[in-house]
Amino acid sequence: MSSKLSEVEIVKDASNYLRGSIVESLGNRVTGALNHDDTHLIKFHGSYQQTDRDLDSERKLQKLEPLYSFMIRVRVPGGVASPAQWQRLDALADAYANGTLKLTTRQTFQLHGVLKRHLRPTFQGFNEVLMDSIAGCGDVNRNVMCNTNPHESAVHAEVYAAAVAISAHLTPRTTAYWELWLNGEQQPTAEVVDDEPIYGKTYLPRKFKIALAVPPYNDADIFSNDIGLIAIEENGRLLGYNVAVGGGLGMTFGLPETYPRLADLIGFVPAADVVDLCEKVVTIQRDWGNRENRKLSRLKYTIDRVGLPAFQAELHQRLGYALAPARPYRFQTSADAFGWSGDATGLSHLTLFVEGGRVLDRPGYTLKTALREIAGFHTGEFRLTGNQNVILANIEPAHRPRIQAVLEAHGIWPGTVRQTALRQNALACVALNTCSQAFAEAERYLPQLLDKLDVVIRAHGLADAGILVRMTGCPNGCARPYLGEIGLVGRAIGRYNLYLGANHTGERLNKLYREMLDEDGILRELTPLLAAYAAQREPQEAFGDFVVRQGYVAATTHGQNFHA
Amino acid sequence: MNQLPLTLPLPAGFDEAALRQLSTGLNAQQLVWLSGYFYGQAAGATVANGAPSATARGLVPSAEKLTILYGSHTGNGKKVAQQAAEAARSRGLTAEVRDLNDYATRQLAQEQNLLLIVSTHGEGDPPVAAEELHRFVLGPRAPQLPKLQFAVLALGDKSYLHFCQTGKEFDQRLAELGGQRLVARVDCDVDYHDAATSWIAAALDKITASTPAAAVSANATVAASPAALTTPAITRTNPWSARVLETIQLNGRGSSKETYHIELNLAGSGLHYAPGDALAVLPVNEDSLVEEVLRAARLSDTASVTLGNESRPLAAVLASRRELTVLTRDVVERYAALTPHAELHALLADTSRLQPYLYGRDVADLLTDFPTDQLTAQVLAETLRPLPSRAYSIASSLLVHPDEVHLTVGALRYDAHGRRKHGVCSSYLADQISVGDTARVFVETNEYFKLPANPAADIIMVGAGTGVAPFRAFVEERVELGATGRNWLLFGNPHFTTDFLYQAEWLRHLQKGGLAKLDVAFSRDQAEKIYVQDRLLEHSREVFAWLEGGAQFYVCGDKKRLGGAVQTALTEVVRREAGLSAEEATSYVRDLKKQRRYLEDVY
Repeated sequence: MSSKLSEVEIVKDASNYLRGSIVESLGNRVTGALNHDDTHLIKFHGSYQQTDRDLDSERKLQKLEPLYSFMIRVRVPGGVASPAQWQRLDALADAYANGTLKLTTRQTFQLHGVLKRHLRPTFQGFNEVLMDSIAGCGDVNRNVMCNTNPHESAVHAEVYAAAVAISAHLTPRTTAYWELWLNGEQQPTAEVVDDEPIYGKTYLPRKFKIALAVPPYNDADIFSNDIGLIAIEENGRLLGYNVAVGGGLGMTFGLPETYPRLADLIGFVPAADVVDLCEKVVTIQRDWGNRENRKLSRLKYTIDRVGLPAFQAELHQRLGYALAPARPYRFQTSADAFGWSGDATGLSHLTLFVEGGRVLDRPGYTLKTALREIAGFHTGEFRLTGNQNVILANIEPAHRPRIQAVLEAHGIWPGTVRQTALRQNALACVALNTCSQAFAEAERYLPQLLDKLDVVIRAHGLADAGILVRMTGCPNGCARPYLGEIGLVGRAIGRYNLYLGANHTGERLNKLYREMLDEDGILRELTPLLAAYAAQREPQEAFGDFVVRQGYVAATTHGQNFHA
Repeated sequence: MNQLPLTLPLPAGFDEAALRQLSTGLNAQQLVWLSGYFYGQAAGATVANGAPSATARGLVPSAEKLTILYGSHTGNGKKVAQQAAEAARSRGLTAEVRDLNDYATRQLAQEQNLLLIVSTHGEGDPPVAAEELHRFVLGPRAPQLPKLQFAVLALGDKSYLHFCQTGKEFDQRLAELGGQRLVARVDCDVDYHDAATSWIAAALDKITASTPAAAVSANATVAASPAALTTPAITRTNPWSARVLETIQLNGRGSSKETYHIELNLAGSGLHYAPGDALAVLPVNEDSLVEEVLRAARLSDTASVTLGNESRPLAAVLASRRELTVLTRDVVERYAALTPHAELHALLADTSRLQPYLYGRDVADLLTDFPTDQLTAQVLAETLRPLPSRAYSIASSLLVHPDEVHLTVGALRYDAHGRRKHGVCSSYLADQISVGDTARVFVETNEYFKLPANPAADIIMVGAGTGVAPFRAFVEERVELGATGRNWLLFGNPHFTTDFLYQAEWLRHLQKGGLAKLDVAFSRDQAEKIYVQDRLLEHSREVFAWLEGGAQFYVCGDKKRLGGAVQTALTEVVRREAGLSAEEATSYVRDLKKQRRYLEDVY
């Protein structure tokens, strides 16, 4: 074994299929933290150890350790949850987390602020409604995203089924999750005969992401994934998928060899072979990915290191056949379509804007309570979108007025539908106070920035222009900032880099426009651009295309020229 | 009597013939005089040489034997006993000071002059040290004591119902057994110093009056106390004004507790303390309470009050000289004498009603409930108790924090009878003083609650809430000294995230070996309440193994909630692990206490 392997590789190798000393860590009552090595391993179980960064220095003075707690990310393939599952998560948020649910940019739920001693009851709560958090995080395939087309076309149903099948196939096989969280104290007595036929005992070099889209909707932002799959249909029948590989948005400030990158389209795979295709791509990354420097471990760097042709050749070799050429397709948008819609079956769907993806109650706006009430009678599903919103899908005709009434009673309707399109399309990662990566605020600050931008937007008659604004507290890309027509990436408290020029369909990255802006700087830079856009845009021209056409920024044509 | 008792070993440099030569022809009185004379010389030599001379002490014959016995949880009993011995020496008397813990009951029948200083605890119980003699004297095997002259000084706290109960019992019983009282028993409240001093003087006067040696004991000059040669001692009457260096709220946000870590400056005071000692703080009543009392009393803040030979305005006297926050029976008794309120007299006559009345009420409540026109500023000041100091177990090691003393103070606040109430000293420390201010303090040594003399001995420390304070000092000290004995802390409080006092320090000690084991119980973090005593039972095998290996066991915290429960748990640990009967286990634990291996600092 090479001595240059990263620390995490060594921890994984010694972990006995992700067990490590987690049992001991959980039993240690004198700290809210896990043993250091276990903090790597618990990610594979869907959880990050975090601290309340607002309190770090205060508690240090108080001679208390940081207030450790855990974020738990549930695995929800395609973002589809039943009302019973919604109710359970709502209750778990109150019982063990901070009383809110975060709807993520990967169509999952996150609970925040769960104390160590509440991890087991929380996991058990998931299990009772047939949910889990296996591979919610960690160096494995994460939650599989899928277009949330609520209209339940036959094609969509098949694509969703494929997402579920891919998720199931690539879920780690280790029994550690059940043993640690669901059987309580049971400890492995002998060498456990776990086997990971796909991953092996050190799993992948880094996280791995897969998303499926049904054109013309790219709400899953498939090009930001390691594998992006574009459903190709013909006469209402699913033929298969165009395959794109090597997407990923994370980068590190000051390391130009790191960069966001969109996936390359490499061909077409028949529907029946899509799970196998995913497995083969995963195994190439398993074998070829960089295990020494985690900043260069994602599939995108593997591909750029060996070259796309070499990667494709290896893939063909492992598949036993060459992929057919990609089929034509066209995306219209990566945004959500808000409001009520209906379909031919008589069922209705409601896409609700959830600011920052945060389901909470606050005075005059009791979204969490409203959705809990709705979950009490709704017979359809709750579908989480990749844009941190929720669709109440397949609403019975009789329930439509009832849902409308609940939303009005709780101050949700019509407030949320009167927002500017700018706000409705905005994404923000969690950042402070819990994310250890954050350099700056995101979710907690973006609404205030938008209050000020809304004034500019309205002044220029752009209230309905769905400009994509995305803010993150660090450059790792959770809210896909490099696919924002306006991307704001935190550099320091109150300071952001401003990126411009992504397109509206998630097919072109943006580019750095200004660095280290404070709020005044952001408003000072954006105000004239928005004014120019209002005055000079061409019909249907999106803001990202406008700034490129006007030469404010150069188009980024590939991740490798993102920094150029 | 013209021969030295043969039982006395002869010190080096003496032989029997030489001594006989020295004493030939002297009568008993003259011999006693000489003994006092030589002792006085020896005492002077002790001061000069800086070390006591066993030789000199061994020479002293006892004509009129005086034994001073003390028994108390804190060091107060010992302090009074030593003060009495010092006073006896200055009168030419020789006195033997004995800790009741080490006193064989059968010796009692041999005593001629006995001064007994004993405290009372809990529900009128004797201190552990006095348990055996107490049982013996009050029991059927107690001998008749016709030769005995005795005096009892009872230490106690008037705020307790069974005030000085143990002292009263000893006093009554010794008389029943034929003993003659030298002087009447004196019952001391928390502020015992003056009463104890006059009791000592009166008792010694009585002894010397009936003892010929007294006639020749004019050489008081040789009996200089070593303490008199040092700088003026920092005491209750001469406290140190310590500057506040730091005050930190230790509880995290959202806690129902309010605990302060307070660091005080001792530089220049000459004060020393050892882990286990307490720091007494002279508090000041908060302005709002003083105003409340003045309003209820319908007296002016500037009304003059004479205390001793000084005159001060009433408000100042109430603020810093009189107990206002705690209402006690003695205050109610004195107050009732001023007023004909039938209800008040009825309360006093019925303990079962008086106790609930006193609970949660303060002086302002009493004055409001039973107003009277008979009150003057002077009468009010004389009715109320002196404001006693409050002692806090010291939370720091002087070795680790030179010139500093740290306290862990829980702010006591509650609503009762229509007003927000505050513990006088905790709120003084929490609310009234901040960094840069000074607080008046002095050290109260705690004779027993000390680290083992043997640094290789293991210690088990059980602390709840602010009871963790002395253990911070213990561990700091043992780490600093490189003591090889293992340290095990068991700590309890309501919530892990907010109430784990000094958590970061304990984790560091645990990591570096300063703590061998750390166990915690957070009572409110789960449906069922879990306390430190439950952790003791959980770890019963190890607890017992440590005890069998000679470990010392310390408990610090709330007397009512912690003290008894830990003892019960430890007894169960012993019963379970040693396979003993409940009775045998109880006796095992009692022996631990007797051996001073089970030590409590409970309050």
